[in-house]
Amino acid sequence: MDILVYVEMRGGKIRPAGLEAVCSARKLADIGGGKLTAVLMGSNLENLTGKVEKYGADSILLIDNPDLDGYTPEGYREALTAAYEATGAKLVVMTATALGRDLAPAVAAKLDAALLPDCTSVEYSEGKLSVTRPVYAGRCIMTLTANSFPVVLSLQPKAFLVVEREAVSAEVSKLEVAVSDKIRARLIETRAQAGEKLDVTEADIIVAGGRGMKTEENFKLIEDLADKLGGAVGASRAVVDSEWRPHSEQVGQTGKVVSPTLYIAAGISGAIQHLAGMRSSKVIVAINKDPEAPIFKSSDYGIVGDAMEVLPALIEAVGE
Amino acid sequence: MKIAVLVKLVPDTEASLKIGEDRRYISKEDINFVLNPFDEYAVEEALLQKAKHGGSVTVISLGGDEAVKALRNSLAMGADDAVHLKTPGGLDMLGVARTLAAALKDKGYDLFFAGKQAVDDDCGAVGPMVATLLDIPHVSVVTKLEVETDKLIAEREFETGTEVYEVPLPALITTQKGLNEPRYASLKGIMMAKKKTIEEVDVEQITAKAETVGLAYPPMRPPGKIVGEGAEAVPELIRLLKEEAKVL
Ligand SMILES: Cc1cc2nc3c(=O)[nH]c(=O)nc-3n(C[C@H](O)[C@H](O)[C@H](O)COP(=O)(O)OP(=O)(O)OC[C@H]3O[C@@H](n4cnc5c(N)ncnc54)[C@H](O)[C@@H]3O)c2cc1C
Ligand SMILES: Nc1ncnc2c1ncn2[C@@H]1O[C@H](COP(=O)(O)O)[C@@H](O)[C@H]1O
Repeated sequence: MDILVYVEMRGGKIRPAGLEAVCSARKLADIGGGKLTAVLMGSNLENLTGKVEKYGADSILLIDNPDLDGYTPEGYREALTAAYEATGAKLVVMTATALGRDLAPAVAAKLDAALLPDCTSVEYSEGKLSVTRPVYAGRCIMTLTANSFPVVLSLQPKAFLVVEREAVSAEVSKLEVAVSDKIRARLIETRAQAGEKLDVTEADIIVAGGRGMKTEENFKLIEDLADKLGGAVGASRAVVDSEWRPHSEQVGQTGKVVSPTLYIAAGISGAIQHLAGMRSSKVIVAINKDPEAPIFKSSDYGIVGDAMEVLPALIEAVGE
Repeated sequence: MKIAVLVKLVPDTEASLKIGEDRRYISKEDINFVLNPFDEYAVEEALLQKAKHGGSVTVISLGGDEAVKALRNSLAMGADDAVHLKTPGGLDMLGVARTLAAALKDKGYDLFFAGKQAVDDDCGAVGPMVATLLDIPHVSVVTKLEVETDKLIAEREFETGTEVYEVPLPALITTQKGLNEPRYASLKGIMMAKKKTIEEVDVEQITAKAETVGLAYPPMRPPGKIVGEGAEAVPELIRLLKEEAKVL
């Protein structure tokens, strides 16, 4: 089974989730005995091929076109469809990021393919692809199989390991795809959030605050602890709705799905829609003054107490 | 402006779910079903655009008899017409999208809305799929929208910022929280909605390309430890994170 993997980039760089996709696709190609082609799109792609090679692509397809520097649903859909046709792959793998969640269904519709979205595990045996994915805000895990090929698969970021391989040189080729006349939804502006802040979906440690933090100013404690740990700040919807924190930090069904190694939730009750965004974290710590708060049921470690007392002690202890 | 909104009935997000005996679907007994929360933003936005540009709002739902509730709720909010695409189930994502697209095609709609995701399957797939099948442009997960007579400007979120798109009509938008504040249905709206006829259309079964073969509860986390109370518990927490969990 030949596989095409789309390697997601942002700002000229390969995103960590893009490499996770390459590694997972490599594994599937090994099982299925097929060829793995990685596709990169945008500008100045040549200097990125080495990085993709290390993770096991047999060949790399570059779609060098400035019209693909920024994401447009139609531009990317056309480019990826062209790559699919050029390689004759049966399976298209990509990431379930903000970009991938938009692109995967569009590509599946274009290719008349089975869509297996937001996977947290993938198996390929006896010619059949079977995946698991969280549904109902994570209250259930669904197992989904594809009855036919082609298949478009999107992988939940941080659910798959990145493993370096012995570098074998991949065959690099270019594909010309004219997309500009296909793009009707034109990207006219991109506003990056201020500063070089670590994105919660890519952070290994997240310190998140909820309404129990009481005031916007108290989030200084959350920020300080996140800084000390080299992590990112997360927030519940209640505090985003109160405009204490930007929506880009919101974790949960309406915000982002994260799976860091360590998630510290301070003053967060643990509503189902919040859990939907963070329950796959490796280790969860809850700080809440209510011993009955539901968050404790989903946590590995808990401290019952006032976050405004516990957090300063934590900041100090971590610094030691 | 002729506007179509895709709406779906889903289990209330607060409902505690039981997996049915078939181990493939949830048991539908004893749970409250509601209009998908993200579809409320879609209906609201359609109503706001109608208020500005005139025209009509048609809501469409694909599903069994239960889908009627999603349509009545949308009518009660103020939608003009409703279409129920009747299916006994068994469709996959693409099947749903194909059926919806077929019902929407060549009806002269200028603007289409869907929710960013349905909170049952949590896919977020139907909007982009329907747009692709209708061969119209789309923007998903939209938090700000400006509609003019022949184009729209939409803002969409990504992980670390916002992207702004300019799109000619007809186009499809999927709605995210922040776009508007969905209205509550008025008593009068609810009464009116009861009297409206819902157009029923039987749909053809499409062979599913993807199939749900199992549904399970997520693996239980081992029961968590309450390390202690207040700031005194911090040293022990740090020790556990370092030595037991090995994450620091
Ligand atoms: C469709 C839908 C989508 C949603 N999406 C999301 C989402 O994406 N993300 C999300 O987070 N929510 C989401 N919600 C909202 C969710 O249901 C909850 O309302 C929300 O998560 C509550 O936020 P919170 O835990 O910060 O606040 P609360 O529920 O008010 O909890 C505050 C907690 O702080 C504790 N506390 C109070 N004072 C202190 C103190 N001094 N020290 C320590 N602890 C203290 C309290 O005991 C309490 O447990 C969604 C809801 C719906 C209906
Ligand atoms: N059966 C359906 N009938 C009508 N609209 C639907 C249906 N399923 C999904 N949708 C629309 O597509 C959106 C995304 O759904 P999903 O891709 O299932 O997460 C929903 O918010 C609805 O607007």
